[in-house]
Amino acid sequence: MAQKTMIQAITNALDLELASDENVLIFGEDVGKNGGVFRATEGLQVKHGEDRVFDTPLAESGIGGLSIGLALEGFRPVPEIQFFGFIFETLDSIAGQMSRTRYRMGGTRNMPITIRAPFGGGVHTPEMHSDNFEGMITQIPGIRVVVPSNPYDAKGLLISAIRSNDPVLYLEHMKLYRSFREEVPDESYTVPLDKAAVTLEGSDVSIITYGAMVREAKKAAENLAKDNISVEIIDLRTIAPLDIKTIIASVEKTGRVVIVQEAQKQAGVGAQVASEISERAVLSLEAPIGRVSAPDTPFPFGQAESTWLPNATDIENKVKEVINF
Amino acid sequence: MANNKAAVNFDKLLGDESQDFKTVQILDETGQVVNPDIMPDLSDEQLVELMKQMVWSRVLDQRATALNRQGRLGFYAPTAGQEASQLASNFAMNKDDFLFPGYRDVPQLVQHGLPLSQAFLWSRGHIEGNKYPESLKAMPPQIIIGAQYIQAMGVAVGMKKRQSKNAVYVYTGDGGTSQGDFYEGINFAGAFKAPAIFVVQNNGFAISVPREKQTAAVTLAQKGVAAGIPAIQVDGMDPLAVYEVMKEAREFTTAGNGPVLIETLTYRYGPHTLSGDDPTRYRTKETDDIWLKRDPLVRMRRFLTDKGLWSEEQENELIDQVKASIKEAINEADAIPKQKVTDFLKVTFEEQPQNIQEQITEYSAKESN
Repeated sequence: MAQKTMIQAITNALDLELASDENVLIFGEDVGKNGGVFRATEGLQVKHGEDRVFDTPLAESGIGGLSIGLALEGFRPVPEIQFFGFIFETLDSIAGQMSRTRYRMGGTRNMPITIRAPFGGGVHTPEMHSDNFEGMITQIPGIRVVVPSNPYDAKGLLISAIRSNDPVLYLEHMKLYRSFREEVPDESYTVPLDKAAVTLEGSDVSIITYGAMVREAKKAAENLAKDNISVEIIDLRTIAPLDIKTIIASVEKTGRVVIVQEAQKQAGVGAQVASEISERAVLSLEAPIGRVSAPDTPFPFGQAESTWLPNATDIENKVKEVINF
Repeated sequence: MANNKAAVNFDKLLGDESQDFKTVQILDETGQVVNPDIMPDLSDEQLVELMKQMVWSRVLDQRATALNRQGRLGFYAPTAGQEASQLASNFAMNKDDFLFPGYRDVPQLVQHGLPLSQAFLWSRGHIEGNKYPESLKAMPPQIIIGAQYIQAMGVAVGMKKRQSKNAVYVYTGDGGTSQGDFYEGINFAGAFKAPAIFVVQNNGFAISVPREKQTAAVTLAQKGVAAGIPAIQVDGMDPLAVYEVMKEAREFTTAGNGPVLIETLTYRYGPHTLSGDDPTRYRTKETDDIWLKRDPLVRMRRFLTDKGLWSEEQENELIDQVKASIKEAINEADAIPKQKVTDFLKVTFEEQPQNIQEQITEYSAKESN
């Protein structure tokens, strides 16, 4: 066991998978010699060779096509899109191609591809680096979208993603990369896909969230505890397809729910969670479903992040609103 | 005052671009060999086989059009006119080479090993049409123009990693050369020195838009320059030239020299697709007539007849056989059971997440009613 940041846990997962399966290939812009713009692939090319970890030309669409072709040749590609905001360049490869290949070919071919991409606000990036576009991909059948919120899950989920025979979009929140350390086992282990985690058990209200907002929810829960409000936190981890059972079990227990996402309100995941709850557990609800999300504008200019991004205070206020309904 | 300086002669640069991209031709419109030095090394049997495949394709096109009109086929993109470009290029490739067809490239796919009944099921929109055995090195026809180029490049990079002796071959049309994925595909393949042959079938029109509206480039072959890869233009109505160029490209690329771009100058006699396109809106009879004279079947028929390898009787007999096999294939397609939603749900993921499991239960109940 060692204390690891999330990015160290990610590098560790990649290293272990490269070692255990010769078909695993890591490639993208600057992931080779440079070790990645965030050092996520640091040292991997030296250790595993240029044939396994390599740089590509600067073209996200080409990277998508390369992944698909390599998968058809029996490889297990782990491409990187340098920033998730550049996803539009390769949207066809993801949404139009790899997500539907198994279906399209009646199960005779698969796409064991894990696309890694950093995203998320709070670190004052330039335009189109931090945007929360995950909701776009959660609407595409045939691909999983995974967003870890801590080093332990990051490692276990990435190993599961790489071993999955279906495509996974694995989103790494930039603010979480190095903001805290956590005990992470040195050896290989998996955290299951399609499974939410009950991060904190509570009885008064369920906060359903993912990514960087899990930390904000924890902060809010600590404050709310002082007011004797017992919060249960569900970390979705896989945001598509959703672990409905865990969500509903929690809502049935607490009777109140606040859904929290960093993305804009119109951007998808929270609305899907709300819709599932209203379909399945409306009779358990003591109050309307509360939602915390960003305003429906494009991602903010760097200096405006702190006023735009949802935070623990927003969550606290929304929980009180739902409690006092 | 006029500026007399001229660091660069742009007029001259513009004019020079196409100089290295002369059209390769072996068989002229009358079936005469005009370039004996580069005659392909094909036996009489192989020459006859190539002709048979072209006749097969022409008959298939006629029958597919009729079957579409009768509502017995769905999506169909006519191929008549492109037999040399499609079948002679495919003829130069091996069974273990990987084929990435565009939506018009069904004939190559069938010759590469896809049963005709499955090609018909693909046209109709049935999942059974796309179930390919592992041994069939091909993907179903690609609808997103350009996507096949970047994916083909990926397979080629994979083949290089596997130290395979095979190559990838992929087709797009003239309009497709304007796509970003077209350029990214050839550029990545060049950068990775991967074994791929990129074929551009320039049939003059992308639906109604003439080739001249796609680009100011004098040839499409010269787009290979942007990727730093060799490229050549070939008479796409000449089966011998297409075959020879493709064969040499295969030798070049499988020897580890990187990819090749081939532009075939060809034409489609029919509409863009049978989904309501009317070519009289954008094409003249004069243009059609010019290209009808260049028909690949006419010149190959003349060439083989002069060699004593082909006769009208032989061709008529073949046509009857082909019609019978098409009938058989359409009957096979008819016999395939209807699709069920549960079939689709079961193949969307390998391990079914909750939503899929739930919907399988839901639709199983509906389907058992």
